[in-house]
Amino acid sequence: MSVDTRGSLLRIATAGSVDDGKSTLVGRLLHDTKNILVDQLEAIERVSQARGLDSADLALLTDGLRAEREQGITIDVAYRYFATPARNFILADCPGHVQYTRNTVTGASTADALIILVDVEHGIVEQTRRHLAVAALLGVPHLIVALNKIDLVPDAEQRFAQLNSDLHELADQFGVLALQTIPISALRGDNVAEKSPNTPWYEGPSLLEWLETLPDSAELTQSERFAFPVQTVLRPQSAAVDPELVDYRGYAGQIAAGTVRVGGTVTVQPAGRQTTVEGIDLAGQPLEVAVAGQSVTLRLSDQIDITRGDLISGVDTGAEPSQSVEAVVCWLDEKPLHEGQRVLLKHTTRVVRGIVGSIDGRLNLDSLSAESVDSFGLNDIGRITVRVAEPIFGTGYTQSHALGSFLLIDPQTGRTQAAGMIQDDSVETPGVLGSLKAEHGDWRI
Amino acid sequence: MTTTATSTVTSASNSSALTQLQRLEAESMHIFRETASEGERPVLLFSGGKDSVVMLHLAAKAFWPCPIPFPVLHVDTGHNFPEVLDFRNRTAERLKVRLEVASVQDYIDDGRLSERPDGTRNPLQTVPLLDAITDGRHDVVYGGARRDEEKARAKERIISLRDEFGQWNPRDQRPELWSLYNTRHRPGEHVRVFPLSNWTELDIWRYIAAENIELPPLYYAHERDVILRDGMLLAVGEYVTPRDGEDIERRTVRYRTVGDMSCTGAVESPAANAEDVLAEVATSTLTERGATRADDRMSEAAMEDRKREGYF
Ligand SMILES: Nc1nc2c(ncn2[C@@H]2O[C@H](COP(=O)(O)OP(=O)(O)O)[C@@H](O)[C@H]2O)c(=O)[nH]1
Ligand SMILES: [Mg+2]
Repeated sequence: MSVDTRGSLLRIATAGSVDDGKSTLVGRLLHDTKNILVDQLEAIERVSQARGLDSADLALLTDGLRAEREQGITIDVAYRYFATPARNFILADCPGHVQYTRNTVTGASTADALIILVDVEHGIVEQTRRHLAVAALLGVPHLIVALNKIDLVPDAEQRFAQLNSDLHELADQFGVLALQTIPISALRGDNVAEKSPNTPWYEGPSLLEWLETLPDSAELTQSERFAFPVQTVLRPQSAAVDPELVDYRGYAGQIAAGTVRVGGTVTVQPAGRQTTVEGIDLAGQPLEVAVAGQSVTLRLSDQIDITRGDLISGVDTGAEPSQSVEAVVCWLDEKPLHEGQRVLLKHTTRVVRGIVGSIDGRLNLDSLSAESVDSFGLNDIGRITVRVAEPIFGTGYTQSHALGSFLLIDPQTGRTQAAGMIQDDSVETPGVLGSLKAEHGDWRI
Repeated sequence: MTTTATSTVTSASNSSALTQLQRLEAESMHIFRETASEGERPVLLFSGGKDSVVMLHLAAKAFWPCPIPFPVLHVDTGHNFPEVLDFRNRTAERLKVRLEVASVQDYIDDGRLSERPDGTRNPLQTVPLLDAITDGRHDVVYGGARRDEEKARAKERIISLRDEFGQWNPRDQRPELWSLYNTRHRPGEHVRVFPLSNWTELDIWRYIAAENIELPPLYYAHERDVILRDGMLLAVGEYVTPRDGEDIERRTVRYRTVGDMSCTGAVESPAANAEDVLAEVATSTLTERGATRADDRMSEAAMEDRKREGYF
């Protein structure tokens, strides 16, 4: 294992139907990048042998729960860490069954790149469409479809050409902008770490080469407008770790987007006041500038009443107070969603009470159109309106993932019920919803 | 645990791209601030091991210049290395955090727990831990587990719900979306929070070196009387005595993890400081648990079983 101390970090997630080879691919990536240690390899060799396999089943590297090993399937997201000389990776191996779609949503919400596997023997299936929809909806910056098991088909070249064009057509319908298709064999390692001599007809990069060169999304976020949800107010008074700091008053948080400088002008919501940044501290270390992703503490020039859940932002962030949230949600709970239902809505660092005002349509994955329903079940994707007790300061999800995303939480059980993405209909929405609207009319049917 | 301008991790270059360590540090600080704000009575599990030391260092950074706003809890097996206990006490004092100790020995002495035939006490920690959580009415419990340590841990969320019995249900974990953490739970339940989830062993050592974080001395090379048992070097002392055919040898060793003296193995190593260790870890061919923890070798599902029962 070699890690460049200045190396960047790319988060990737896998998706695809059950048995398409996700776990095998992850194992193969770890193996071919020499990120498997001797005792781990020995352990899976022992198990594979005991089961009568003639070579090590690399899927065992990620299928970590007893039930998974017994049933030979992946139940929950497994996180893996590996590195190449070029870059560090965090990989979320997500299960394929429809009932575990919420895990794909989980993996995709933090991914810089999503790899959807397709078994070339089966071609495009419902899960392929569902996962493309999830990728489009969550705005995953880079999408890769790995066409797996090319070792099993004699006409791999033709199949690849056909699937490649079908997939691009589908991606267009979902409004996915950048799609890379790669023919692979996870089992043999073709085009996984290195280009394979078995596919002379394929001219693109290997999967790893592609992953090593993708720009990571943290840098994209830095060019957005400054947004800083306040997590907590730090006022040590007499308890200060340094006696000189008894009068310290700082607002702690992680910069969600953009850049902040000492001397810069900021707006504070909901106070609606403007002030100047007097200082930026990282645990006692003063900074002149801080960027998206950094956890810092801001000191401001004016005494303003600020608490957890407030938003400090650039003057023109465009986050408007709203008590009616229009959003697309992925419903993740077994308990269905109905109109009139009470929810807790967690947006940035603010938790507010809400009521589902209306269910405005559900995405039908076969017809790729909106249909009228009066409830959502597990894994449904659709549009709703939520009325909230106190205003939240959000933007459309396509403008800012940080200010446009929220959770719905069951006030009784505390379960996370939905992933929500705020829709701002005044701007053109690329991705699944924009294209659906253009083709099939308005969501509010 | 310096929180002054000596930090090299955070003295960023002019480039706006954050390094891996900067991103990990920022994520952990965010998790601490989020969960400590939402929780009512958080507590941090502190063993004196390197992961819990790094975790405490990150907590201090997250709330600077306020003191860490929660106590630390140590589940003492009674078989701990004295150097580690000494380090634990000094660290708590320096950071002015309250130290709570749950003692496995007390439970054995009054009969609530009984010694296992193999003498290993790690599995006995679960009951005192859960009692301490219940008695302290702790609703947010910080643990230093990393997902790269072990396969069952690779499936654990950053925020992990535990029922009244402290049990983890891996088949019913909450989806964890973006960096929006949900710490809600019903009375009697609590959440375990793992701020180091995304750190690897290598990241930990690089951070220790970069931030100049003090560790218990046994992490670095020292001479010690050891015996070789089941392929592991065990320190000879009160809890480990040579059996027939085992010879005491004096070797230069260090520990990769600190736990129960009876089952934590040392590795031969000349690594005398964090940089040396870093170089060694980077080229190691064994996982840290595989190399040194007898209890994890017991069975393929050993860790999962203990986690379900509420072990950290
Ligand atoms: N022939 C062939 N079989 C594969 C390939 N990739 C995976 N498999 C097999 O497909 C089955 C399912 O693989 P697994 O990785 O568990 O799929 P998952 O459910 O998507 O994680 C296993 O029997 C694998 O050995 C491949 O490239 N070629
Ligand atoms: Mg799998």
